[in-house]
Amino acid sequence: MPVVNDLSISVATANGSGSASSNNILFKSIFKMGIPCSSKNMFPSNIQGLPTWYQIRANADGYLGRKDVIDVMVMFNDDTADKDIYRVRDGGLIIYDDTKPLPDNLKRDGVQYVGVPANALVQKHVEAGPLRAKQRNMLYVGALAYLFGIDMETIREVLSDTFGNKPAVIESNLLCIQLGYDHMRDNNLSQSLAMLETIPGGNEGKIVTEGNTACALGAIYGGVTFCAWYPITPSSSLAEALERYLPRLRKDKDGKHTYAVIQAEDEIAATNMVAGAGWMGARAMTSTSGPGVSLMNETLGLQYFAEIPGVYFIIQRGGPSTGLPTRTQQADIQLMHVASHGDTRHIILIPHDMKSSFDLARKSFDVAERFQTPVFVMMDLDLGMNLWGSDPLELVQEPFDRGKVLSQEDLDRQGSFARYLDLDGDGIPQRTIPGNRHPLASYFARGSGHDSQARYSEDEKDYKETLDRLRQKYETARAYVPKPLVEYDAGIHTGVICFGSSYEAVREARDRLKASGVNTNHLLLRALPLSEEVREFMANHEVIYLMEQNRDGQMAAIFREEYPEFATRIVSILIYDGLPATAGEIVRQVEQHREAATNGIETKVDESWQKQIASI
Amino acid sequence: MAKANRVDLTERDYKGAESTMCRGCGHDAISASIMRAFFASSVDPRSVIKMSGIGCSSKTPNYFMNQAFGINAVHGRMASVATGANVGNHSMIPLGISGDGDTSAIGLGNFCHMMRRNVNITYVIENNGVYGLTKGQFSATADEGTVMKGGKINDMPAIDLCELAITLGATYVARSFSGDRKQLAPLIQGAVAHKGSAILDVLSPCVTFNDHSGSTKSLKYIREHLDPLHDIDFIPPYENIEVDYEEGTDQEVTMHDGSRITLHKLGHNYDPTNRMQAVTALHAAVAEHKFLTGLVYLNEERAEFVDDLNLCDTPLSYLTQEQVQPPAIRLDEINAELRK
Ligand SMILES: Cc1ncc(C[n+]2csc(CCOP(=O)(O)OP(=O)(O)O)c2C)c(N)n1
Ligand code: SF4
Ligand SMILES: [Mg+2]
Repeated sequence: MPVVNDLSISVATANGSGSASSNNILFKSIFKMGIPCSSKNMFPSNIQGLPTWYQIRANADGYLGRKDVIDVMVMFNDDTADKDIYRVRDGGLIIYDDTKPLPDNLKRDGVQYVGVPANALVQKHVEAGPLRAKQRNMLYVGALAYLFGIDMETIREVLSDTFGNKPAVIESNLLCIQLGYDHMRDNNLSQSLAMLETIPGGNEGKIVTEGNTACALGAIYGGVTFCAWYPITPSSSLAEALERYLPRLRKDKDGKHTYAVIQAEDEIAATNMVAGAGWMGARAMTSTSGPGVSLMNETLGLQYFAEIPGVYFIIQRGGPSTGLPTRTQQADIQLMHVASHGDTRHIILIPHDMKSSFDLARKSFDVAERFQTPVFVMMDLDLGMNLWGSDPLELVQEPFDRGKVLSQEDLDRQGSFARYLDLDGDGIPQRTIPGNRHPLASYFARGSGHDSQARYSEDEKDYKETLDRLRQKYETARAYVPKPLVEYDAGIHTGVICFGSSYEAVREARDRLKASGVNTNHLLLRALPLSEEVREFMANHEVIYLMEQNRDGQMAAIFREEYPEFATRIVSILIYDGLPATAGEIVRQVEQHREAATNGIETKVDESWQKQIASI
Repeated sequence: MAKANRVDLTERDYKGAESTMCRGCGHDAISASIMRAFFASSVDPRSVIKMSGIGCSSKTPNYFMNQAFGINAVHGRMASVATGANVGNHSMIPLGISGDGDTSAIGLGNFCHMMRRNVNITYVIENNGVYGLTKGQFSATADEGTVMKGGKINDMPAIDLCELAITLGATYVARSFSGDRKQLAPLIQGAVAHKGSAILDVLSPCVTFNDHSGSTKSLKYIREHLDPLHDIDFIPPYENIEVDYEEGTDQEVTMHDGSRITLHKLGHNYDPTNRMQAVTALHAAVAEHKFLTGLVYLNEERAEFVDDLNLCDTPLSYLTQEQVQPPAIRLDEINAELRK
């Protein structure tokens, strides 16, 4: 009996071959059937020709992380075929173009091959022209649909959702999908691996989106009025989503814009524009990834020291240097945490799914204005650019927090104003906005030493007071930033901590560990600085697995610095091959640690898993 | 009783903190011209934002117009800060102060792009040909053949910031000298009235590191090589003065706000609205080792950056939650689209 609704499909194609469109149709069709599903796009840093893999997971239990193994490989890229045949699991299925017979070096034992003569069919049925090569990819959609039970009606609906006003496009795609479908049916081809079955009411009300879109929408609802950015993968689509939605959502009654989006000449310009706009009192943001943050460092220090709000969406990718620009990573945590020279500590908000991307993006502007400082929203490529099914985005109705901004009336009432004076003991001074015409309002912002009145000062006492107050501000932020989400059972002494895009893989890994008798509590970290709830969690567990996607345990280092008393409890689970995390790898590392601990053998990182061909 | 201007302020009201420049530094003289110009144009300092980068010159915004908000940003980035500030609140009058190092070396790229956008600003470069604050190294505006205090000779051509400004799209370009308040103050008034990037390259001797013989930016050398294009007067919009107008030698340009600049030609037959002529004249002056001063180029046609952005009338920084947060129902619409 084939299993139902538990399947991973990897589609290997060449970049720029039109597969983005066919993969999208395939994914959305499965989604439309009501089956929980996710997609991971492993694309190259290239416009045309380099290999790309698109991995879809359908899973009735709702696990959306990347699946450890590939059940079905659609082998449509000759350049990678010799490796792709080994990426599929034993007992899996390979779909290939059998217009020509399969060469010997692409034959492998233990898997089933199903051919579809895609080239021959498109040549016969599709007019010669630039579209023909692209249409070829629609054939595997049809083949998979027949083999796994996606009905053509669903596909037709998805096509019309996608290409609504272009009937010719719908027809030409449908023709090719049908060709693939019919070929399977007419030749009695089948497989016994798994079937997809409609789940009535499944995915009801759910949306499909990427984190960058959710962040852009969150920023708009958070009242962003200014964005300066410089194109860089994987962050460009965030600013581009702003450019797409702002004209719809944010025109005044005369059709004029209540926002400005500026494509800057580089990230240095972008960050300084944010500083200028933030100083003026506008809700200002940028989006970038690691290389951009490196360039923005100097001005991040200016904003920290002169206390100018601004929001920085950082979509992490593989570093160092240009690294793997189109793969995912969480390796810029330290870069953000202490960005710029001198003593700094920055607030970082950490979404983990579509809804929290929207919520924290919206909230980030409040945090930036409340604390008068740059605030990072830490994303990564997996979260930012891959499609995720999600409950709909939801607006929490609450007033903006503009922080301690003084109006002319406030100044009248108060009778005095010192820009950098800590009146409330929380490290946060009062602020005025340029344009405030009260005689007390103006002040001189600067990145050099200053006293509480914002006057230039090289006095050691003023300097140290400023540094200490800025630290106090960071301490105050502990209670203000989003609290972690904790699953806690007092009888359990093993904890797991994760954040960001690791959440889905960790959730699944914990369920698997539980099934094998290892119960764990969980803390989903949603911000830095660490809050009291995190300390409690650390105190309540003997072993804490801290999962992150980088080589050096960057978050673990922050935890060890913050909680030296619990430092030895932390065991890092590290995934850093640039691919979205999988539950299987997390389980493997946890089990390896447990085994070493019980056997008294010192833990050694087993790197054999990295030597295997990654199951892209 | 000191004389008050139209906003009822006296010249004293344009003062700032005590200067910390070396005695005799050209930068202080420029500050004095700035105070004079803003006073004469009756600009309320509370409508002004003062911005700068890093350097001796960049410290000076602290030394005038205390009532204006100010920011001393990082080295070379004032042009970008000003871009953000101008877009963030386009109702403020932006004044940027920079040095030749700040603008022509570390900040050159961002400076170029500010002009390419034609961001509204009065951008003053206090040009002494050296890095004053780091003690006298050559800057990129040091002239070919000029000698550093220790004897080192600069053998690279200077970047001509006026020529660069014209090429890159700035719409008001002037050169002047810190010691010539009669010329500099009206040029600043004109720059403030102009909507767009107004670049003022002001020769400003560094008396401590670049005032020796052999230097082409010493006070003496500059004075001997000045070549003013015209005498210049600025007439604010509210003043109804009729100027004696001499066909051929006088030229009057009216700016968008109704103010007028009158130019009384001196020897040169020069029309600042002619872009090609401006570039040619600058080239000729370099060949003749002269500092051509005055209003070099003016273009009142090109739209300023915020006009291209189609911004709402209320400055972005004043918009309220009601004005910027779309209703929840619009999010429902988007959710519905994301279901497809
Ligand atoms: C990133 C950076 N690099 C170097 C410096 C050191 N620095 C300070 S001022 C300056 C040069 C200033 O020269 P200029 O702009 O001509 O101003 P001046 O002092 O001559 O008025 C330099 C290089 C700095 N502050 N920041
Ligand atoms: S070092 Fe030069 S530029 Fe700096 S204050 Fe002294 S004279 Fe002026
Ligand atoms: Mg200088």
